[in-house]
Amino acid sequence: MYLSQRRNGDELEVELSGSWRGAELPAIDAEIAAAPLAGATKLRIVVPESVQLDLAGAWRLREWIETAEHAGVTVQFAGAKPGQIDLIDSTFSDRRRGTPPTSSEPRFEPVSALGRHVTRRWNSFKLALDFIGRITLTGLHASTSWRRMRPTSIARHLYETGITAIPIVSLIAFLITLIIAYIAAQQARQYGAEIFVVDIVTVGVLRELAVLLTAIIVAGRSGSAFAAEIGAMKLNEEVDALHAIGVPPHEVLILPRVIGLVIALPLLTVIADFIGLTGGALLCKWLLDMPLPLYLDRVQDAIAPTTFWVGIIKAPVFGLLIALSGTYRGLQVRDSSRELGRLTTMAVVQSIFLVIFANAIFAVVFWQLDV
Amino acid sequence: MANSSIPIIEVRGLVNRFGAQVVHDGLDMTVEPREVFGIVGGSGSGKSVLLRSILGLQRPQGGEVRLLGRDLTQMSAVELKEVKANYGVTFQQGALFSALTVLQNVQLPMLEHLHLTPHALDELAMLKVRLVGLSDEAARKYPAQLSGGMIKRAALARALALDPPLLMLDEPTAGLDPISAAAFDELLMDLREQLGLTVIMITHDLDTIFRTCNRVGVIIDRKMTSDTLEGITRNPHPWIQSYFHGERATRFVSHGT
Repeated sequence: MYLSQRRNGDELEVELSGSWRGAELPAIDAEIAAAPLAGATKLRIVVPESVQLDLAGAWRLREWIETAEHAGVTVQFAGAKPGQIDLIDSTFSDRRRGTPPTSSEPRFEPVSALGRHVTRRWNSFKLALDFIGRITLTGLHASTSWRRMRPTSIARHLYETGITAIPIVSLIAFLITLIIAYIAAQQARQYGAEIFVVDIVTVGVLRELAVLLTAIIVAGRSGSAFAAEIGAMKLNEEVDALHAIGVPPHEVLILPRVIGLVIALPLLTVIADFIGLTGGALLCKWLLDMPLPLYLDRVQDAIAPTTFWVGIIKAPVFGLLIALSGTYRGLQVRDSSRELGRLTTMAVVQSIFLVIFANAIFAVVFWQLDV
Repeated sequence: MANSSIPIIEVRGLVNRFGAQVVHDGLDMTVEPREVFGIVGGSGSGKSVLLRSILGLQRPQGGEVRLLGRDLTQMSAVELKEVKANYGVTFQQGALFSALTVLQNVQLPMLEHLHLTPHALDELAMLKVRLVGLSDEAARKYPAQLSGGMIKRAALARALALDPPLLMLDEPTAGLDPISAAAFDELLMDLREQLGLTVIMITHDLDTIFRTCNRVGVIIDRKMTSDTLEGITRNPHPWIQSYFHGERATRFVSHGT
């Protein structure tokens, strides 16, 4: 019970009771809606001392009074007006009664939207170029002195992006090779051509699979870590602090990560190559009863001198792409934690896309070079 | 405004330990309704840990914390959530949610605890934003677009969202220039007057203490010594003496007495 009412002719008298607090608003709304105000010309409101009236309750009462006055009912308080209503009155004094604030939503205009989109794209392209240029310059400057290359920092990133990734990279290389070898064995067995399973596994792993899978895992692990670390530092103004101290952030934050990953990815790829070939050997032994010496012989025949290098040469390029897009998105984080999440996601998606795109270009180039 | 009703906060024999480090050892503190209670202490004396214990963010190793007579240390998570509607908090750095506008920040506790119509939600949130002296324009801004003083005010608006009887403020004026700090203190006193609030604040700002606090609790040697503002400045303990009668402080005290 929040209202008790008495009707004297055309006057309605209501007495507030109980707790008029924010938590009770739905119930209060219901009682106000049920109040027999129709036909009354006067509303008298009694607010006893015992009523617990907070700002939310006072606001609701004030809304009711406004609606009633709008309908031509004279409203008066028995005794003094509660102080909370005075406070709301003075806070909203510049507002015309009963008009909620209007929000100015921009209209949808296709032409200007297109224009804005194009200029935004163009600007972000220029920013990316600027970033790449800056990193190149920083790298050239730093290469003049060993100390400015920050060897400790590079070692740390080598450990975090390389060494700690070995178990997951190995496991995935092993499993994927098993799957490929298994499918190939099923097909080849129909023609009695089991021996070619070795060719498929060897060439597939060395040329494409090992490096691509490793790059994608690293993009997920380290591309996101780079973006999140640097983004959090941006939010915390640590990057500005580096600027202010006179330590170039690109040199201490970006360059070691880029160099670290460019070194780590080829090493991880070698491990993935090795594990992949081992997986192939195991499957050939179990599934095709192929003895190990025969497998090794066939591997020797299957690969050209370039096969291994064709795979491994892509690794540093992929490492560079992942490190650049991770750190670049990290540096773009501004203002809010939501931006951090958005740009970290973007860093991962973009680096995986760039890796696959670069791989396609490599494929075309190697095909033209006939290697 | 002394009355015989139950204290709004009552801490008895609080013990907080982190490993071998004892932060509080039998700390007592009582805050009566409508008081402005200042918590003072050296760096690392456990002011923030005390506040976190009162907020239920940290379970103390011993002792009890009573909010309006109910012991927080014995409560379940569900009861704690309900109790949390009784106080509003501001944190040192503001701790506004960076992905939300000021208005949305104020609306968040309302959405969680109250069942309001969209119109009521907008109006009540805007009321709080205006009460702390921010413009409608500032209400639509994100925290990163605000100045330090505006962040403190926005945090206060969020703390007031549920019309709590108790406000707990961690360093409300730290990092503000003296004029903004004075304006903030004045705002706080106005709101306390108009809304009948009880305020507990951690502060190092002597100006703020002398302008706003009725009583002050000093954390020394893992316990609290509390007294009226007048009384505490006469306390003979050397740390309290150097705190209130150091070079920075003398002008206030000579004024006061």
